Amino acid sequence: MTLFALSRRDLAVFAVFAVVVLAMPFWLQPLGAAYPALMQKFVISAIFAIGFNILFGLTGYLSFGHAAFLGVGSYTAVWSFKLLTMDAIPAIFFAVLVSGLFALVIGYLSLRRSGIYFSILTLAFAQMCYNLAYSVLTPITNGETSLQLTLSDPRLIDTALAPRPAGLPSASLFGHSFSGLEGFYFCAVVLLIAFFVTQKIFASPFGMMLRAIKSNQTRMTYTGFNTRPYTLTAFVISGMFAGLAGALFAITDPLAGTERMQWTASGEVVLMTILGGVGTLIGPVIGAWFIEYFENIFSAFNESVVHAFFSFLPAEIADPVALVASKFVGEGWQLTLGLLFVLVVVFLPGGIMEGVRRIGSLFGRRGTPVSPGAARAQPAE
Amino acid sequence: MTNLKGFSRRGVLKGGLAGILATGVSPLIFSKGAYAQEFCNAPTGDTVTLGFVMPLTGAYADEGADQQRAFLLAVEHLNGEGDGGMIPTFSSKTLTGGGILGKKVVYVTGDDQTKPDAGRDTARRMIERDGAVMISGASSSGVAIAEQALCQEKGIIYMAGLTHSNDTTGKDKKRFGFRHFFNAYQSGIALGPILGDAYGKDRVAYHLTADYTWGWTQEESMIAATEALGWKTLPPVRTPVNAGDFSQYLTPVLNSGADVLVLNHYGFDGVNSITQAMQFGMRDKQVNGKDFQIVLPLVSDLMAKGAGEAIRGVYGTANWDWQLGDEASKAFTKSFGAKYGQPPSQIAQTSYAQVLLYADACERAGTFLPSAVIKALEDYEFDGLGNGPTTYRGSDHQCFKEVYAVKGKDAPANPFDLLEVVATASKESVTYDPAIFGGELGPDTAAAC
Repeated sequence: MTLFALSRRDLAVFAVFAVVVLAMPFWLQPLGAAYPALMQKFVISAIFAIGFNILFGLTGYLSFGHAAFLGVGSYTAVWSFKLLTMDAIPAIFFAVLVSGLFALVIGYLSLRRSGIYFSILTLAFAQMCYNLAYSVLTPITNGETSLQLTLSDPRLIDTALAPRPAGLPSASLFGHSFSGLEGFYFCAVVLLIAFFVTQKIFASPFGMMLRAIKSNQTRMTYTGFNTRPYTLTAFVISGMFAGLAGALFAITDPLAGTERMQWTASGEVVLMTILGGVGTLIGPVIGAWFIEYFENIFSAFNESVVHAFFSFLPAEIADPVALVASKFVGEGWQLTLGLLFVLVVVFLPGGIMEGVRRIGSLFGRRGTPVSPGAARAQPAE
Repeated sequence: MTNLKGFSRRGVLKGGLAGILATGVSPLIFSKGAYAQEFCNAPTGDTVTLGFVMPLTGAYADEGADQQRAFLLAVEHLNGEGDGGMIPTFSSKTLTGGGILGKKVVYVTGDDQTKPDAGRDTARRMIERDGAVMISGASSSGVAIAEQALCQEKGIIYMAGLTHSNDTTGKDKKRFGFRHFFNAYQSGIALGPILGDAYGKDRVAYHLTADYTWGWTQEESMIAATEALGWKTLPPVRTPVNAGDFSQYLTPVLNSGADVLVLNHYGFDGVNSITQAMQFGMRDKQVNGKDFQIVLPLVSDLMAKGAGEAIRGVYGTANWDWQLGDEASKAFTKSFGAKYGQPPSQIAQTSYAQVLLYADACERAGTFLPSAVIKALEDYEFDGLGNGPTTYRGSDHQCFKEVYAVKGKDAPANPFDLLEVVATASKESVTYDPAIFGGELGPDTAAAC
């Protein structure tokens, strides 16, 4: 049963991670984020980011087009709802399958180049997918208006089994419709499975091979390895993770819009991964939570909230302070995010995880001699 | 790698199961009580929360900013602050400035980025976290339709802001969604005769269309209205929302043989495309022996302000104009102008009216219960909100009232004097059979909250 076995350290990480994820409704309460819609986004973005990290973190190939797979996954899942059934399992199955096929084609073509050329190729393909979804394939995607469920959808399997309910149905699992919190737990369990798979990949000889490709691909080729099948596999796996995330977005809220495929969405997952820590297991997850939190909570602060926050100051100080501060919240939240990103990249090139490690080594019990962050700085890069 | 010292798989499974039980199931037990209320987000304290979702960024950001001003003004007036705006002129006298049903009105605001996904996310946050009992807003039909569907699912009343697509109360209508604003079909009815009188029966039109539900249906309605006059239509060209630069779409127009350009664009898109068309010198050109003309079927003061000279003499339609002479419009313009130093635009009027209509419906129903509020709004006849006598039709939740054909003023007297009403289409003339657009309202109950 080595298939399900983990090293002791990984097992501990997994156990802690599971507790943190499943206890979200509690520890997010004081942060004002413990409502189903946002918690669902937390776990789904985490899946997207750890999938992206399999490609970027392990092989070093920076894809700027991963949102395409997310979008394909969402569209496939919504079509599975519309045509077949509201059950989540077929939606996930088809979404992962179709996004995997997309990743195979795009990866096969893009991986002929590496470095910046690879990034530009993936960006180009993603932009093509976006434009197709936006204007050319509107009968399938409904363009800017977004693809939604309607009362008159065929839903062949559902209508064969039971009479049509009044009103729009919501996604279900074996006939049980999700409420908000149940939807979150469903996604959380999927995240734990995805995290486990990632741990296995990181610990496997395959993962080692991918790291070797990152460290020095030319050396790998000289020793007689054909690296392309490995990078392509990593690309497809990572695309399937993105498709899975897309499907979960559709399951928690059955709507698929084109902006999900836009290059800004591709850029966001790059930000998440770098902010959290490239190549680490937990880093991308933390980065994803960080960005989602900012996007949803910071952007909701309006000027009156800022004024209330600074109301302890005398009015002549509070007003200008609130005026300046209000530019960094609400619609201006990206300003704050950009600032934080610059700070992290300049002072903590290894992302938040490096910060955690540095703090850890300050109070270190054993005083780790060489931090894993330092070990990753390869001369060949 | 497979060294499991101290951790047996059974032990881990047991521990994990205990963890899931402790963390996973217990919140469900706790929240059961919280959700076991009469209906979704029933106000329990002495306040009632309304959620306002607006495009504060993106192609329609100007409209969103004005919408926000109107919402805040409406909340003030409902709570008895300020001069009361249109409350004294409103035909229903239930609103007394004491909030809604005695509860003080509080609100949450959010950005929809002029994108359906983002708007729906924001609305979900307001419903799930902030406990909003009603959602209002949007300046894009794509966003409005997405939010309306969400509200139907959650059982929350949705009072649509500026949404002009026929689909909002047509193909995609919902029992929980209500629209005060007019639609593209009514624009066609109001604008058709004006265009016929001004530009003749023998014209060739070129359509540039925003590529989403509103653009599609407005294009369809405008083609139907102008072809009824005898105009010909060239194959329409679709443009992305927030394109910024429209020159690549405008370049082919003059050589296409068309002599009228119909811009199915709104917000910054409309401002940019009409300004660029002006820069191309289109309106100084002659095609087919006639002066080249531009039509902007849906136009607002904010766009007219942005477009400046480019808007002069251009025909369009509007839901409302601050220069209308009735008491309600005067009262609203005065109240809005006193607070913000500028007259309200059409989106401000429709958004303000929607909040008042919701508050009044709750008062008349005597409850916030959505099914009762829906009943109070369906087939409701009212007056005094700026558009004359109005009916909220029960079969599709569309308001029927006067529609105004407007024209960019040739010689504005002041910076706000930008549009003039050239014709008023009566309520009867813009009333249509709801069956032509299909769609189903759905039930007035919702399973999920």
